[in-house]
Amino acid sequence: MGSRLRAFGAFWYDFVIGDDWVIAAGVVIALLGTYLLSRAGVAAWWLLPLLIAVVLPTSLWRATRSR
Amino acid sequence: MTAGAWALFLAVFLACAVEAVEATTIVLAAGTARDWRSAMTGTGVALAALAVIVAVLGPAVSAIPLHDLRLLVGALLLVFGLQWLRKAILRASGHKALHDENRIYSEQLALAQSQAREAGESQARRRTPLVPDWYGFTLSFKGVLLEGLEVVFIVLTFGGNQHNVGLATIAAACAVLLIAGLGVAVRAPLARVPENTLKFVVGIMLTSFGALWGAEGAGARWPGSDAALLVLIPAVGLLALGLTAVLRRTGRPAARPAGNPAMTGQGAA
Repeated sequence: MGSRLRAFGAFWYDFVIGDDWVIAAGVVIALLGTYLLSRAGVAAWWLLPLLIAVVLPTSLWRATRSR
Repeated sequence: MTAGAWALFLAVFLACAVEAVEATTIVLAAGTARDWRSAMTGTGVALAALAVIVAVLGPAVSAIPLHDLRLLVGALLLVFGLQWLRKAILRASGHKALHDENRIYSEQLALAQSQAREAGESQARRRTPLVPDWYGFTLSFKGVLLEGLEVVFIVLTFGGNQHNVGLATIAAACAVLLIAGLGVAVRAPLARVPENTLKFVVGIMLTSFGALWGAEGAGARWPGSDAALLVLIPAVGLLALGLTAVLRRTGRPAARPAGNPAMTGQGAA
């Protein structure tokens, strides 16, 4: 039972988080920031493009550095 | 059709084509190594199971408030898109081995053949008219169901968000029929389909759509509304191409294909 639960958890971790947790964490933080800025009445559309411009090179750098 | 409808069609078509390539490769391996009737029965049963899942999931998805759906789907698409793009860039720049459908086909073939030897006569005793070989059936069923679920997810999320599930379904059907037709025609690994190029493009589309919907779901308003995609998609594409070019010039490439830009994915994907 325990191993099945672990396998189930590992499947979802691999499915959602994937090879680099930084991407998922960055997306969550940027969406939270977008929500908070929007609630405060500040234009926040630029935050996710900024996330893409920062997280993608960072993740690639992490991948090539570890090889 | 409007520009938005074309963008939806293209995104769904490309994303579903990638999934179809993977499913078709598995079915071809199962059919070649084991038994075509079992492989095709497995495929048919998996498609029937998918139809039931769509019938159950469809209304459930449409009942979710659009705002919340956009936030959830946008977040998932953004994560998936960035992951796809990351892998495609690493492969295109030679820092990661290309996704070789030939190798996958050979591995599936060898596995299926070794299972056939081990099963021996006990396998023959369990034969049924529709499924002479249960291993071939299971292999096909599993491959088609898993990849098919991803196709369903793509259709429901993309189509649901754009209020055009019908168009998304047509795009998915076109992609699946095209790839399946190619598979039937060649009955060989789909290595000639440039999967990495496809993944590169799909990664750009998923990332762009994810950013658009995610931000809207979180309460932001894009300048130009959906037309912002016309800037987002080329911008993400340029960023990805730029990063690929930089990575090609730097670092220690581990699997760069000789004399062949990996972006073409020729011979492997």
